Amino acid sequence: MYLRNPIILASGFLGISQAIFERIYDEGVGAVVSKSISRYPMEGYRNPTIVVLENKSYINAVGLSNPGCEVFSEEIKTNEKVPLIVSLVGSDPLDFEIMTRKLDGSGIIGFEINLSCPHVQKLGLEVGDDPQMVKSIVETTKSNTTKPVFVKVGVGSTNILDISQAALNAGADGITAINTIRAMKISIDNFNPILSNKVGGLSGPSIKPIAIRCVYELWKKFKVPIFGCGGVSNWEDAVEFMIAGATSFQVGTSIGFGGMSVFNSISNGIVKYMERKGYQSVKELIGRSHKY
Amino acid sequence: MVDHTNTDILRSVQIERVIVETPSIRTIIFEDKYSVASMPGQFLMVWIPQVEELPMSVGIENLGSHKFGAVTVRKYGPGSTALYYKKGGERIGIRGPYGNYFSIPKNLRNALIIGGGTGLVPLVRLFGDLLNYHVNTTLIMGSRTKSEVLFEHKAQKILTDNKHNGKVAFSTDDGTYGAKGSTVDLAESILLSKKFEMLYTCGPELMMKGVQKLGERFSIPVEASLERYMKCAIGICGSCCINDRLVCQDGTIFDSNRLRQLTEFGVSYRDKSGRLSYFIPQP
Repeated sequence: MYLRNPIILASGFLGISQAIFERIYDEGVGAVVSKSISRYPMEGYRNPTIVVLENKSYINAVGLSNPGCEVFSEEIKTNEKVPLIVSLVGSDPLDFEIMTRKLDGSGIIGFEINLSCPHVQKLGLEVGDDPQMVKSIVETTKSNTTKPVFVKVGVGSTNILDISQAALNAGADGITAINTIRAMKISIDNFNPILSNKVGGLSGPSIKPIAIRCVYELWKKFKVPIFGCGGVSNWEDAVEFMIAGATSFQVGTSIGFGGMSVFNSISNGIVKYMERKGYQSVKELIGRSHKY
Repeated sequence: MVDHTNTDILRSVQIERVIVETPSIRTIIFEDKYSVASMPGQFLMVWIPQVEELPMSVGIENLGSHKFGAVTVRKYGPGSTALYYKKGGERIGIRGPYGNYFSIPKNLRNALIIGGGTGLVPLVRLFGDLLNYHVNTTLIMGSRTKSEVLFEHKAQKILTDNKHNGKVAFSTDDGTYGAKGSTVDLAESILLSKKFEMLYTCGPELMMKGVQKLGERFSIPVEASLERYMKCAIGICGSCCINDRLVCQDGTIFDSNRLRQLTEFGVSYRDKSGRLSYFIPQP
């Protein structure tokens, strides 16, 4: 998978509209991951679906709202411009077979299987904590496409290395690490959990050190392509992910604080860092911390 | 220590008073310095615990000599109905204000404002501001029927307090107050008899589309406040997209140049799942 730069829009942010994908691409990303698409449309949860925390982090429980794979394949049918990775969510191999067949012919560069949404029952993490299920979902998806398939893992009850091992054994081309982490925010004023779903997923700077550790361990064990994800807010964070072992990194939460211009400022920062260090390619950064 | 300067963080406010505006519309008033500093067209996300969080145009109310924040709500769905029945002393959560606001170009001499229903909430504020800036302004206040005419007392007070040239015209769908028919028809007849340099509008989208067409026909710039299904209000979820714009961050106010590019304006909107739905059913 060739990208013009290693900056990728993380799944769940902004993405169900082709017009928005094109705008994000023009803002400077290397690739875009769509919101997770399911076999049938999902409305998601009632508001509040997002809570902003003190430290530029969020907890969200949007509930995987998406138009379903049928309508989404229409949405992106004219896409030629945007390197688009479609995130898929489902509960069994049949869901993934149907969705992969439907979307494989669209103008996309690959798939990311969301095995780690922390706040929707029977989808995401409940599937992703079961290595046997992960294996059959990845095998099914791979047998229906020739495009790269990444598997997005999270911090669930099963070790991230075991789930990744199952996914890679089944043919996954790479790993996206990590998803949001189960979290809550409760009002001390009226005692209510604020999100309508009560529990959501924590994203942003709060989870970055955990994400860095996961990427480090994954690179150490597997040496496969890794999309680092979790709290990338600036070029320093991006470099840290790459030297931990990430091939590329995904950006999401920080758009809420810096707008879409965050992609460009990260990109410029990395270029200057590389010049200072005398590197020719970001490839020289990948996994560099493992020498020490 | 809670950072009280980050307006994205939900803050709890106590309801000071509730004003009955019409049989279906009430104004909820609360203490909030950020709302008081807001501009016409900006909005708050209002959390009604256990029910919903809704985007609401933010208003300012004077009680005595003190300024309060306010939202004006029509009972409609579960969220707005729960907010409508809130009483003084109860608490709600708010965050924001969010979004851009109506602009007042330098040297603007006269403006026509066209509002329908609760779309009048930001427009009556704007009406006061325009008159304060010495802009001759006509405000068209549209509603379904006489009992649902919103903010007439506010508009009248602005006229009384202000010696500059302001006018208010009414239209109702059933003709029980003011002109019978749509605000767009009334605006057309006013535009045929007098020259204006700016049109401002907020209300049902097809009404605003009508205003945009009037703007094109009479070569007058338009600013319209758009509404789409909203979740985050901070530009990350994409729920409120119209073409490649986000209503929460790039709007809610869009000018004629942008409206012309927004092919979904007055045509389609995305539902909660992100599927396109149409204002007028497609053949």
